[in-house]
Amino acid sequence: MRYSETGYNLEIDLSRGNIERVETDPRITELHLGGLGTNAKILWDRIPPETEPFSPDNLLIFSSGLLGGTPAPGANRTIVTTYSPQTLLMGYSMMGGFWAPELKYAGYDKVVFRGKSPNLVYLWIHNDKVEIRDASHLHGKGAVETQELIRQELKEPNAQVAAIGLAGENRVYLASIEQGRSSASRLGLGAVMGDKGIKAIAVRGTKDINLARPAEFLELCNDVLRYIKFRNENPVPNVMTILQGLGSPQEMKHVDEEWHTQNFMWGNARVRKKDYWNKEVEEKWKETQETVRTRLISCYNCPMKCGAIISVPGFSTYMMKCFSKLTYTMAAFSDLDFGFRIAQRATEYGVDGFSTPQVMAFALELKEAGILTDADFAGCPSDNEGKFYWLLDRIVRREGIGDVLANGTYWAAQKIGKGAEAYAHNNIKKHEQLPLKLGMLNPVYFLMYATGEKINITQIEGQFPQSPFMSMQEREEFVKDWVQVPDEKFKQYVLDWEPRGERSNPYYPTVDMSVDIVDWQEKMHYIDDALGVCAGLSSFPLKPPYHMHNYPRFISAATGIDMDEAGLTKVYKRNRNLIRAINVRRGLRRADEKPPEDHWKKRFPELEEKLLDTYYKFKGWNNDGIPTKETLHELGMDYVSEDLEQRGIIKNGKS
Amino acid sequence: MGKVKKKVKVIKIDLDKCNGCRACEVVCSAFHAKPKYSSNNPARSRIRLVRDPIRDVYLPVYAGEYAKAECAGRDKYVIDGKEYSECDFCRASCPSRDVFKEPDSGLPLKCDMCEDDPPQEKPLCVQWCINDALTYEEKEEEVEEEVKMEDVEIGLESMVDKYGLQKVMDTVARISKKE
Repeated sequence: MRYSETGYNLEIDLSRGNIERVETDPRITELHLGGLGTNAKILWDRIPPETEPFSPDNLLIFSSGLLGGTPAPGANRTIVTTYSPQTLLMGYSMMGGFWAPELKYAGYDKVVFRGKSPNLVYLWIHNDKVEIRDASHLHGKGAVETQELIRQELKEPNAQVAAIGLAGENRVYLASIEQGRSSASRLGLGAVMGDKGIKAIAVRGTKDINLARPAEFLELCNDVLRYIKFRNENPVPNVMTILQGLGSPQEMKHVDEEWHTQNFMWGNARVRKKDYWNKEVEEKWKETQETVRTRLISCYNCPMKCGAIISVPGFSTYMMKCFSKLTYTMAAFSDLDFGFRIAQRATEYGVDGFSTPQVMAFALELKEAGILTDADFAGCPSDNEGKFYWLLDRIVRREGIGDVLANGTYWAAQKIGKGAEAYAHNNIKKHEQLPLKLGMLNPVYFLMYATGEKINITQIEGQFPQSPFMSMQEREEFVKDWVQVPDEKFKQYVLDWEPRGERSNPYYPTVDMSVDIVDWQEKMHYIDDALGVCAGLSSFPLKPPYHMHNYPRFISAATGIDMDEAGLTKVYKRNRNLIRAINVRRGLRRADEKPPEDHWKKRFPELEEKLLDTYYKFKGWNNDGIPTKETLHELGMDYVSEDLEQRGIIKNGKS
Repeated sequence: MGKVKKKVKVIKIDLDKCNGCRACEVVCSAFHAKPKYSSNNPARSRIRLVRDPIRDVYLPVYAGEYAKAECAGRDKYVIDGKEYSECDFCRASCPSRDVFKEPDSGLPLKCDMCEDDPPQEKPLCVQWCINDALTYEEKEEEVEEEVKMEDVEIGLESMVDKYGLQKVMDTVARISKKE
């Protein structure tokens, strides 16, 4: 018997309409765990690096994590993986919600799509019965609407449905995959789903998930629940409100947006409004939020309430989480009411709430600069908010200028030319980033921004404070119950880190310390993404319930695999290096590892080079960011170095 | 007959506090697995969250008595503008639906308040609901001591109520002659 995982994947060939249930190799689980790790293994083994994202040979993988659907709180993530049309690198985006556990209960760990369907279809998985069904009647339907329609059509109110909207159908690079209150939004995965002709995947499962050492596992879960309760009652002091608690930033709960509105950038990630927030705005926004927010809600088996049901009078209900509340508002220099209204349409279209508003603000800047013309905007209303609705409609339909913008700011700027590139200023590896512009370089953040394979800071950061505490007393208070540190030295880093003077940014934490800190943060994210546990209870917030000391016990008790901290670190390294190798094989090099030029006002080119040199060395990579033969050998991945050697990426036995 | 003390176990359900996570279903099915916690499967749970986020319906319901036949009519309730079917509130494992049945055998499920040895402090669903949508109370009530009727007696009494004692006696006599 397989424990914690089902041991089966569904393989769907859309070109031929063929469906197979395939048993997986338990040794691969031991090496890569599951989720992101095993997705990467499939991608490496099965898709040659020359494959175009919109080729029928590209795979689209929907995976649960190794702990998904077990009683482990927050083990509910769906990890979607493919080659991204946006970055042309490996694209992985994840969503919470209820989908992945349901897939496990239906008896599968992953669904792997290949080929392309000649017409729009949806997949219906009901335990052993799996069908590809016609979806022509769902063409153009909203992503939320589609989920409802499919549940009604199947007469299965308990089916979980992941769907794309019109944006995905039209292969808009900003397209998301929506499911309940969650979405896999980044890197254009919805466009690949649309390209394959898949409107939705519905799943209902009523089978068991087994555990190897049940009593021990349940005790670990109880500890996690107790700790969550403790943390909910004891927010971390001396850090800003949204960093005090667990979960993703509690944007749906809190109304106070002083920090975001005054520190994040408005428009096309340009304008800082230092005096925006006042009593009047606060009262108005409070009223707006409390009027539309019906209930705070969670994902599967998680006591947090990071999402909300949003009912704007006159619009159909949708769900929201985290920062999308402000992205449209701030890109359009508007207010919260507009944000909730346009997000309703954007969610039905199924677009990324980070990139989309930025693309629209970028277009308006180009218009103002005379790079885009009146002809490009023929028919566009003159009011500011009207312009955003108009642009959104053009983008998801790929009409006129919308067709160019639908590929994101990087590709749009390339196509438009005439100096438009300078306006696509907030990208890393061709992908839009948070609209955040800061003063002094933070060496830890420099490394995370530059080297992250997810290309999204919120999927890399966490655990270690974002800035130093003001006084020694605050630092001592912070480290005294910091049980999550993998090594005591991290406490010293925090104790010695000062807001000013010699031991402050950018030279403190030192280069070596910065690399250590980044490695720890990355490690936790990679483990979460393999286990399918939400970062909001683990790698993302300060002092989370899951950490390096209890994770090995969770894995052992769930699966029966002997796992300790050293073993888990090795799995992390294997997954980290495999994903790096996939991207290296697709052309990723040191030159690509650059945060936006204007991310910090004060830059330190020499220090930045040294940070990258040291990070690569620490990882066992050469100076171009390529894993060495020795590193891959130690991790039992000679098959990777052999391939890289054959392709001339590793030369003469040396990379 | 005298008065006796009876312990009444009460789970209080506060719909406004439910965040819809279904942890109650997860831990219920794990607790009732054999061996305990060896598997989990919400389809086996004895608590079921009727959940429809778009309509803001979040309603945890416990499995109660088995019902042989489905109801003749299905009423609808509108509470605070939200429509519920009578079945949404119903605790019965009945032929009209697949809730509160073992998914493979179809046998009915019933909440036993996590009877355990040694006893649990609270049912597991309550322990895992740290948002306090489910809370647990024990009350002592004084009730009239009553003699428990057997099933046959319950059945016969309902027949007598419906057809009268004479008719029932005649019928029993006739049936016994035939046999």
